[in-house]
Amino acid sequence: MSEIALLIIKVVFLALLWLFILSAVSVIRSDLFGKTVRASDQPQPQELETPPPPPKKAKRQRGQPRVFMISQGNQAGLSADLAGGVIMIGRSADCQLILDDDYVSTRHARVVGAPTGIYIEDLGSTNGTYVNGQRITAPTTITLADTVRIGKTMLRLEP
Amino acid sequence: MRDMAPVAVVPRKRRGVELALIIFALGLALGAYALVDLNVTGELSTAFPYVAGICSLVAALAHIAVRWRLPYADPVILPCVILLNGLGLVMIHRIDLINEPPLNGARQQLIWTALGVLMFILVVTWLNDHRPLQGFTYTIGLAGIVLLLLPLVPGLGTEKFGAQIWIQVGPYSFQPAEAAKVLLAIAFASYLVEKRDVLALAGYRVLGIDLPRARDLGPILVMWLISLAILVWQRDLGTSLLFFGLFVMMLYVSTERAGWAVLGTLLFAAGAYFGYLNFSHVRRRVGAWLDPFSDFDAYYQVIAAQFGMAWGGLLGTGLGLGRPGLTPLARSDFIAAAIGEELGMTGLMAVIMIYGLIVARGLRIALQCREPFGKLLATGLSFALALQVFTIIGGVTRLLPLTGLTTPFMSQGGSSLICNWIVAGLLLVISHQVRKPAATVTPINPDLEQTQLVKAGV
Repeated sequence: MSEIALLIIKVVFLALLWLFILSAVSVIRSDLFGKTVRASDQPQPQELETPPPPPKKAKRQRGQPRVFMISQGNQAGLSADLAGGVIMIGRSADCQLILDDDYVSTRHARVVGAPTGIYIEDLGSTNGTYVNGQRITAPTTITLADTVRIGKTMLRLEP
Repeated sequence: MRDMAPVAVVPRKRRGVELALIIFALGLALGAYALVDLNVTGELSTAFPYVAGICSLVAALAHIAVRWRLPYADPVILPCVILLNGLGLVMIHRIDLINEPPLNGARQQLIWTALGVLMFILVVTWLNDHRPLQGFTYTIGLAGIVLLLLPLVPGLGTEKFGAQIWIQVGPYSFQPAEAAKVLLAIAFASYLVEKRDVLALAGYRVLGIDLPRARDLGPILVMWLISLAILVWQRDLGTSLLFFGLFVMMLYVSTERAGWAVLGTLLFAAGAYFGYLNFSHVRRRVGAWLDPFSDFDAYYQVIAAQFGMAWGGLLGTGLGLGRPGLTPLARSDFIAAAIGEELGMTGLMAVIMIYGLIVARGLRIALQCREPFGKLLATGLSFALALQVFTIIGGVTRLLPLTGLTTPFMSQGGSSLICNWIVAGLLLVISHQVRKPAATVTPINPDLEQTQLVKAGV
């Protein structure tokens, strides 16, 4: 090949190498902003919100969580049934599980039983909801093995 | 009122963009391979279709694995890694062609690449979530330290190129430090998540720097002694620096206290000075760094690399048209010098830039991550990669004393390549966990909540 052809090939290759870097950077740039989704466009997680009414004949297997119970605290032993699908936890009178604890918000958290599992969600409380010592920021799956702390009260699922 | 609807940002999956970048990277690497053949022998080698086929297949499998198991993973890391691996393969092939008859280094490297991608696919499909790793802190840490010190076992470790960092089992040799790098990054991350409060909160203040308590110095002293042991008995400055640097950096990141970084730097400086005074191999490295032209025979490798890069200049000699074979070990330690000679400063800068992109994405994953273990693990892995690239390319270009580290993804050698593919897999796993949308529950509207009425007094 002639000198000039070699030079052109060399420069074109280096230019393409840098073009790769520029395209990777532009991908990173567009990635910064993500995709904006309106709440109304978001897929509605129907099964989480309205669980099917539980059958009258209890068909639950053994070992499935049935109640959400206070395991430590001055109200230890108090529990709420998961059969209704949703348990509201807080100091307010309309909660299914009313905690008498100064560190608990009026409507503190809720437990949602869905076919895929049982979730706990913090409802913007002042002091937060902790699952196994970690403050949760998003709905979190809990099982029989997890302990939940709300204020000074420890709670857990019981079969 | 539609405009008033709350707006949420959901990261996109971006798998299509990743595929486009992978095709671009593959095209660049295979084009470079063909250019080497054309420029050296004047025709495409008969093996080229096979090389192209295997490379494309391997890249496609990696992409499919990511698309299947980690749909939200970062789109830039995989194409960058494929391009670096491809460029390394091209340079090794180019150095193969210098010998008459040509060597088989590139074929060997291609097999290692396939194994590396296999490990990557295993990590991506089988592990899929980095959090279970947190449960095995001490097992993984112990395994890492044992691997690190394994070459010192008599009969198992072998000495190559003046450093005792290889173990030999039958015909196969293996550099366990590379695997130890991954294991120790995991172990440090989960250890520091547990212990960071104690390391961060207790201590006293001297000259505006928070110093830790004497009784908390245990782990840093143990790591210091281990890295000194590597320096003294394995005679490997690079591995020693890499591990100690990784530990100190993760300590600093997890505790947010500059005292640890200052202390670590002082300890390492003391160790390095001790090494300089007592060991001839350290003195020779420093001599090659400060004044290579004083002794042509002893510092031949560094001098040849300098002349190669000088000849390459801004645009390089062109692929296949330089003489990178004059530098000893051009295919492993000095592959950056070979790139600098044939692709010039423009090409070497591009390669460093691609490493920079991978590291930047890794740190970005760490910033986005909401749980401390993933945060520290992503920081540790990307920092280790950055430190390794900085140390070896800095050594080759005489910014630092030369250390015998490998250039990640490019140097010839199986252990380094496979372990770095595992690092890439782990980074993608963390990025998928970070970027995937959280499980959503529709916000609660108090006005629509039904309050149950208790009917009293029937």
